[in-house]
Amino acid sequence: MSGATVDHPGDLTADPGSVVTLGRIEREFRAARDAGRKLLVPYITGGYPGWQDAVRAAVAAGADAVEIGIPFSDPVMDGPIIQQASQAALDAGATPVSVLHEVRGLDVHVPLAVMTYYNLVHHAGETRFASSLAEAGISGCILPDLPLEESGPWCAAADAAGIETIMLAAPTAPDERLPLIVERCRGFVYSVGLLGVTGERSALAATATALAGRLTAITDKPVLVGVGVSDAPQAYEATRVADGVIQGASVVRRLIEGGPDAVGDYIAEVRAAIDAD
Amino acid sequence: MTLHDEELRTAERDAARHDSDSMLEPGVDGRFGEFGGRFVPETLVPACEELAASFTEAWADPVFRDELTTVLREYAGRPSILTECHNLGRQLGIRLVLKREDLNHTGSHKINNVLGQALLAKRMGKTRLVAETGAGQHGVAAATAAALLGLECTVYMGAVDVARQSLNVFRMELLGAEVRPVESGSRTLKDAVNEAMRDWVATVGDTHYCLGSVMGPHPYPWMVRQFHRVIGDEARGQCRELLGTDPDVVVACVGGGSNAIGIFSGFIDTDARLVGVEPAGGAAVSRGMPGVVHGMRSYLMQDEYGQVEEAHSISAGLDYPGVGPEHSYLASIGRAEYPTVTDAEVIEGFQLMARSEGIIPALECAHAVAWISRTAPEIQGQTVLMNLSGRGDKDVAQMKDVLSA
Ligand SMILES: Cc1ncc(COP(=O)(O)O)c(C=O)c1O
Repeated sequence: MSGATVDHPGDLTADPGSVVTLGRIEREFRAARDAGRKLLVPYITGGYPGWQDAVRAAVAAGADAVEIGIPFSDPVMDGPIIQQASQAALDAGATPVSVLHEVRGLDVHVPLAVMTYYNLVHHAGETRFASSLAEAGISGCILPDLPLEESGPWCAAADAAGIETIMLAAPTAPDERLPLIVERCRGFVYSVGLLGVTGERSALAATATALAGRLTAITDKPVLVGVGVSDAPQAYEATRVADGVIQGASVVRRLIEGGPDAVGDYIAEVRAAIDAD
Repeated sequence: MTLHDEELRTAERDAARHDSDSMLEPGVDGRFGEFGGRFVPETLVPACEELAASFTEAWADPVFRDELTTVLREYAGRPSILTECHNLGRQLGIRLVLKREDLNHTGSHKINNVLGQALLAKRMGKTRLVAETGAGQHGVAAATAAALLGLECTVYMGAVDVARQSLNVFRMELLGAEVRPVESGSRTLKDAVNEAMRDWVATVGDTHYCLGSVMGPHPYPWMVRQFHRVIGDEARGQCRELLGTDPDVVVACVGGGSNAIGIFSGFIDTDARLVGVEPAGGAAVSRGMPGVVHGMRSYLMQDEYGQVEEAHSISAGLDYPGVGPEHSYLASIGRAEYPTVTDAEVIEGFQLMARSEGIIPALECAHAVAWISRTAPEIQGQTVLMNLSGRGDKDVAQMKDVLSA
């Protein structure tokens, strides 16, 4: 794999209307990966009390990017911990507008991605939502209830606004489907670790490394495992196959139980684990 | 030949005749016009595709259709009869006819859909059903079909509904199902759907999600409608026999919209006015705007940012902020209308039907009664067919509290 690979054929051509240049996440992740670094992306629920400090603590402890949740009333891909944080954030008055406003005050040096559900995008309008992300300094977006077949209008708007749409690939996908998903991915490929929703598990599912292996075999885009990677040893195990991990429920639980400092301590622990050979 | 046999034959003949479709088939993208689609987590996409393919294949297979027809007849008690309400009709100045889905086994129309889905699940090699339920009627029906066909069954029910429909919880348990109360969000039907979907994401290998209405991702809105169109297909023949003509107005209550689309199916190509009655506190069509939740794009009650609003209705079965996509489509082209009634009107309607006809309707259907009673002065002399989608036994404890308060 070469760090200089540009795998969108339209890149660097003269027509700015139709080209997709490599976004910040993919650029930075490819460079880090090619330099031998494993990638670590914590998820933090925007609008939850203390969330901005938690983002800063995670970055200081070695996060390569941060995924910020914009809470939605009906989060079907989330288990109890993230549901609880989303509900608390909504109860505290969080809205897409307030969370994006607070994003501007973060002042961190790593790229940021938003994780939310499609109705918030649909309601605002694709173009408007994409530009509101760009204006807030967000680089990427993950919409777990927007599968490939329905993603056309959003992806077009996101591409136009320079927002990298990170697609999910699931263990249930047949071989013929994976290249289509990978092709449409910007930033990195989100390899779903198990059959199920976000939440901590006592062991890394066998599906996690299996799918990551299937993906790294067909793409040189960075592949990160998320959903069900629950602690430092599991993160280590996943990164033996994948380029990195996303840590969701395990981070949010620490935010709920111990506040931003606990998040920082945890990310430092995972960082150390995945950096070990 | 008994009267019942005769009726049965007519209904079956009629069902077959109308099967060559007057209702819209969704496009390959699962849409009715601009509504519907398949907005599900990536994990579920292959399962939805497999379900669509299996249903298409089964629906075209006479063996499957025979199996379904037989179980509907011998187990569910189809065809359901028509009952003319002479007393209430005279009182309101209309001719009022009820399609008696309340007389089906388990007491509502829900059995049509669950028997279809449970047979299909078995055919697909699944061993377990998950279902959501509001009032408990769909949960009871799903638990019943699971017991009959030897499937495991888990039912998700909002904690609020568990409290207001405790007898149905016990019924499901008697039938061997596990009922899991849902404590998230508004703790009603919408959250039960979320939880059932989360279960399905984790268990998709051996589990079929037995969705209870014409909602959710493609192929559910279409498949569930096909399983319920037997209501309308029977009613069309029965109306011609009883009235000598098609009705002027066809009325049903709308939660997700399954009983309504079932009866509308038989009359979509007639001149009949189609009316789906929503609760004022759960009026997706009149108060909502297009949105995406539970796998579909449809009218949805939501706030200024797109957060889904909680519905509030006296009837747990209609406490739903969305509506099936085909109803959104029928509303958008003006083929059907979706007025609302208040809880107070529903309480009146409930008592009106009980006292004048000796039929205690489900609170859901009392919405249709309420609209008919309010609208009667404008439709004097017309013939009205109402889908009595369920019986009111499950609601009598709640109504006792309401009426003695
Ligand atoms: C008797 C009865 N009618 C109607 C409904 C609402 O569902 P739908 O709108 O899908 O017919 C329910 C749901 O629980 C019900 O029990």
